[in-house]
Amino acid sequence: MVGVMLLLSLLLFVWLRSLPGGPASAICGDRCNPAKLAQIKKTLGLDDPVIVQYLNFLKRAVTGDFGVSTGVQPGRSSMEIFVERLPATIELGVLAMIIAVAAGIPLGYLAARRRGGILDGLTLTSSLLGVAIPVFFTAFVLKYFFAVDWHLFPISGRQGDIEATRVTNFFVLDGLLTREWDAAWDALRHLILPAVTLATIPFSFVFRITRAAVLDVLDEDYVRTAEAKGLSSKVITRRHVLRNAMLPVVTIIGLQMGALLGGAILTETVFGFPGLGDALARAFTGRDYSMLQLLILMAAATYVVVNLLVDITYAYIDPRVRTR
Amino acid sequence: MTPLNRKKERLDGLAASTAAPAAGQAGGVDVMDPVDPVGEAGAVRDAEGVSLLASAWRRLRRNPMFIIGAVLVALFILVAVFAPLLAPHAPDDRPLIGQISASTNPIPKAQDGFPLGGDEKGRDLLSRLIYGSRQTLIVGVLATLGGLAGGVTLGTLAGAFGGWVDSVVMRVVDVLLSLPSILLAITIASLASQPSQWTVIVAIAIVQVPVFARLLRGSMLAQRSSDHVLAARSLGVKRSAIVFRHMLPNSLGPVFVQSTLALSVSIIEAAALSFLGLGNPDDSKAEWGQMLGAAQNLFDLYPHIAFWPAACIVVVSLGFTLMGESMREALDPKSRR
Amino acid sequence: MKVNRKAAAVAAASAAVLALASCASSDRDSGSGSSSGGGGGGGTLTFGAAGAPAVFDPFYASDGETFRVTRQLYDTLVMFKPGTADMTPALAESWNNSPDGKTWTFNLRSGVKFSDGTALDATAVCKNFERWYNQTADGLAGAEYWSSNFGGSKVTKEPSLYKSCTPTSNKVVVQLNRVTSKFPSVLGLPSFSIQSPTAMDKYKANDLKGKGEGIAYPEYAKSHPTGSGPFTLEKYDTANQTITLKRNANYWGDKAKIDKLVFKIIPNESSRKQALEAGEIDGYDFPNPADWNSLKQNNDLKVRPAFNVLYLGLNAKANPKLKDLKVRQALMTAINRPQLVKSQLPEGAKVADEFMPDTVDGYNTSPTKYTYDVNKAKQMLQQAGAAGMQIELWYPSEVSRPYMPNPQKIFDAIKKDWEAAGLKVKPVTKPWNGGYLDAVDNGDASSFLLGWTGDYNTADNFIGTFFTETTNRFQTGQYPWGKQLSAELTKADSTVDEADRTAQYKTINNKLVTEYLPGLPISHSPPAIVFNKKVSGITPSPLTDERYNYAEIKK
Repeated sequence: MVGVMLLLSLLLFVWLRSLPGGPASAICGDRCNPAKLAQIKKTLGLDDPVIVQYLNFLKRAVTGDFGVSTGVQPGRSSMEIFVERLPATIELGVLAMIIAVAAGIPLGYLAARRRGGILDGLTLTSSLLGVAIPVFFTAFVLKYFFAVDWHLFPISGRQGDIEATRVTNFFVLDGLLTREWDAAWDALRHLILPAVTLATIPFSFVFRITRAAVLDVLDEDYVRTAEAKGLSSKVITRRHVLRNAMLPVVTIIGLQMGALLGGAILTETVFGFPGLGDALARAFTGRDYSMLQLLILMAAATYVVVNLLVDITYAYIDPRVRTR
Repeated sequence: MTPLNRKKERLDGLAASTAAPAAGQAGGVDVMDPVDPVGEAGAVRDAEGVSLLASAWRRLRRNPMFIIGAVLVALFILVAVFAPLLAPHAPDDRPLIGQISASTNPIPKAQDGFPLGGDEKGRDLLSRLIYGSRQTLIVGVLATLGGLAGGVTLGTLAGAFGGWVDSVVMRVVDVLLSLPSILLAITIASLASQPSQWTVIVAIAIVQVPVFARLLRGSMLAQRSSDHVLAARSLGVKRSAIVFRHMLPNSLGPVFVQSTLALSVSIIEAAALSFLGLGNPDDSKAEWGQMLGAAQNLFDLYPHIAFWPAACIVVVSLGFTLMGESMREALDPKSRR
Repeated sequence: MKVNRKAAAVAAASAAVLALASCASSDRDSGSGSSSGGGGGGGTLTFGAAGAPAVFDPFYASDGETFRVTRQLYDTLVMFKPGTADMTPALAESWNNSPDGKTWTFNLRSGVKFSDGTALDATAVCKNFERWYNQTADGLAGAEYWSSNFGGSKVTKEPSLYKSCTPTSNKVVVQLNRVTSKFPSVLGLPSFSIQSPTAMDKYKANDLKGKGEGIAYPEYAKSHPTGSGPFTLEKYDTANQTITLKRNANYWGDKAKIDKLVFKIIPNESSRKQALEAGEIDGYDFPNPADWNSLKQNNDLKVRPAFNVLYLGLNAKANPKLKDLKVRQALMTAINRPQLVKSQLPEGAKVADEFMPDTVDGYNTSPTKYTYDVNKAKQMLQQAGAAGMQIELWYPSEVSRPYMPNPQKIFDAIKKDWEAAGLKVKPVTKPWNGGYLDAVDNGDASSFLLGWTGDYNTADNFIGTFFTETTNRFQTGQYPWGKQLSAELTKADSTVDEADRTAQYKTINNKLVTEYLPGLPISHSPPAIVFNKKVSGITPSPLTDERYNYAEIKK
């Protein structure tokens, strides 16, 4: 995996530098002229051969130094920005996943149990719609009604004009830890709309996989055996059906973390939520090399880690793996 | 390489659904399943030896999901083809420019001859929606075809030869798969030196490549050891002939399903790129994603400007999704019930 | 087994939470700090900013988001009269220059102190001048306004405009190497704010380093800005993207009426509008012209005087046909500028006849005007042997400037007009920082959309910036008259007598549109700023130099 990451970072590095514009032009600004641009490039070391630049980058990257941002928050260390914004995106992603799972699994189970019923049809259609509607449009519509029109939720940002102490930078958690309940509540209110928007992506997958998995499991011999044994349906559901149906669901949750990261780019942009997705979108438009290198590598790394976690969880809940 | 296994497994699973002659084992369950007479009928015929595709088609014909999807898609294609006949104005004509004043009347209202009103540049919104179907279809189809071509090439290489070719090709595919798809598309689109319709198409196509590549490789690998390939090989048929005559045609089922789904994804991702300002800046030819992206700042005051292109995108991508999903189900022996 | 494992996990998790909780305690003071320090009604004004400021040291900045904040933290020697671009005293109560125009004496206001207690005296002012001039090569790369207005520094070969600064009791004597019309107006720019020498030494204000892809700023610029302005920095909450400024109770001038000024960063334009309407912020800058009308209904939309110019640059290096004046004039005649201005630019925008707005001294009140006439344009092209010529039209993507809210729409209008005159237009677009400016600077773009917002009220700031160098964006060195124009501009700029200077600029301005026409002036468009009805006292400035110490907020 390290090899893949190295290759990715080299590709990205060379590609970025082959493009016109970039940090030097951003710093040079509107009053730029070729002589000034050359001077800035020299200062930043952007006139060295690409391979020298890459080796320097690697040397610094090993120590955790990914350079200075030029577009997202100019002048600050990219790593600092990353560390500060990571909790925001995790908070958002986790809440979105909780919403998706909390809605998707019970609905999927019910839909499978009453296959062909009205509930089944309705939920199936809505889950398909979840895939068909561009997520940023969902965001616009939700924001328009719930925040602009009905004033139920705030419009953008992570927290309002409230004095809050920062401990972990997970704003909700911070509020709880420091007992600043109003700060925690305010942060949570800011999270809800973006999280619901983001949840539409994993929801449709969680729902459909749960439904399919429950249908599969209901046909398995051990469920039939359990039914024949006369076990109560509650016990069957809990011990046999749900537990076994959860395997593919956990897989899909893991897989969807990647998609969630992608969806966060759009959702955070619409809701002005200062997380990594917002940083990424602005790094692209601002041609912020150091931020882009860090974020894309981290996205790939996160993806790897999440998949690893899925494997571990898999081992934990799969009865077959456990008994071994 | 464990972390990527899940995504791979999913694709390999789809690949195996047609490649492996799995009809018999699935039939056993289906016959016992009293719930769905359609599935039962299909399964029984399977057992009698009717071809997989034929039985899938028989099931599809009676599936309302598929029919709705197919009708939506057919309508979309018809509108796209006959756009010049249907649209009252050219997409870049500005008949309403005289009415526009940037701060007092930015969007011309609906009026005689312009049932949906105009856009920010004084062009007829309805005409642009109609012409938009064309451009949207082109983006979707080209991006999917591009992904397909790349994927088929890589997947065939890997699946047909195996060994080191397989490892090298799959390593490249893994690099591409290691990023979330929209992130990959944004990266490619925004890093093109000059944004255009083509950068959007190429970006989305590249995102589809690894998906198709894995799909084909899986299905090729499954067939390499299958009876008809072994038979052909023992008869001394050339390797290229085996690949192109026997293996490739048999892998097309899942590829077709994936293409249908990919079309829907392409249209939505093109819209996402436009929303982020990475789409085609030249809007003389209307495209729905681009129209939606351009309308984002007018959403509060003139929601219809955003609503219509969004509705078009949703309906069409729903059509493709419905078609693709029902075909996938029909082809998947496990879900045949 | 199962129970044990679960219990262990729960125990571990709760231990972690407890550990965190033990080191977490609220920083909140018991009283919520609404102790209004006299003056007006107090309160907090929250302003929606489009982006994060780069630094709090304006010397190293060149962007509006940074200047909006630093203008409230610092003072300059001279400033601009609220609502205009004209000079007025600030830290310097008065000034005069020697007959040769190279020695300037500033009489300082007495008793002014920086917020860290250091006295703002002649020595402190000269220390600032010396600091600017003593920049290293790295520092110079970050100090855009210095290098474009004063030229080099001590380490560069290029001579600087600045020669020396001598403090004498309450006076500062600044010597220049040559005469220029921009002095002393240029000292009103936020980049030349006077900062506390003590604090700059303490937090290593000049310790700027080019690092990898960006510039690493010193501690001073990041978190210890120390000036004498009406506000001081309270905190920059980077995680929540808010900057809080506190009222400076010891300010020498009109003390702030509000207690706190908060800048909340909301990158998305429509979100800023929604936040204003929902009452989450009290104001924001550059509302989309399409929103003006609806904003006016419930808010106070202030339209600034237009102090900018949008032009279409032409470059004969990239397209030799443009060398012919007839062709350039035909291109001008072919553009329907009145329609463009009406349909694509906000209310109050005007067609530009010259490369600078009419409020600048040296504007020619009766310039040669071009009126829109497709047929005449066609004829002229025919005569020049350029009928149906092909031309690249460049416009930037991913950007919005005060003089062109939506470049793509302006491009589209010009393209349509030119096509009507029989030209073959080839659109080229690149992201603003992703190659557009680079290409324009390199002379690759044969025709391109660009503009300028004035820094202060001198003709030199407009046409001097555009055309003095012959290797400018228009590549005027290509033309036989390029050197002459350059000489005329230099001569006017170094004329000490004001009336004489103004007369010279008037002549140049007329020549620019009749004989030279290196580009096509398109429009002057007024940017707006909007506040809700609770806010009063803010005067919109053509330089976007709004002063928040005059702001009042009703509760």
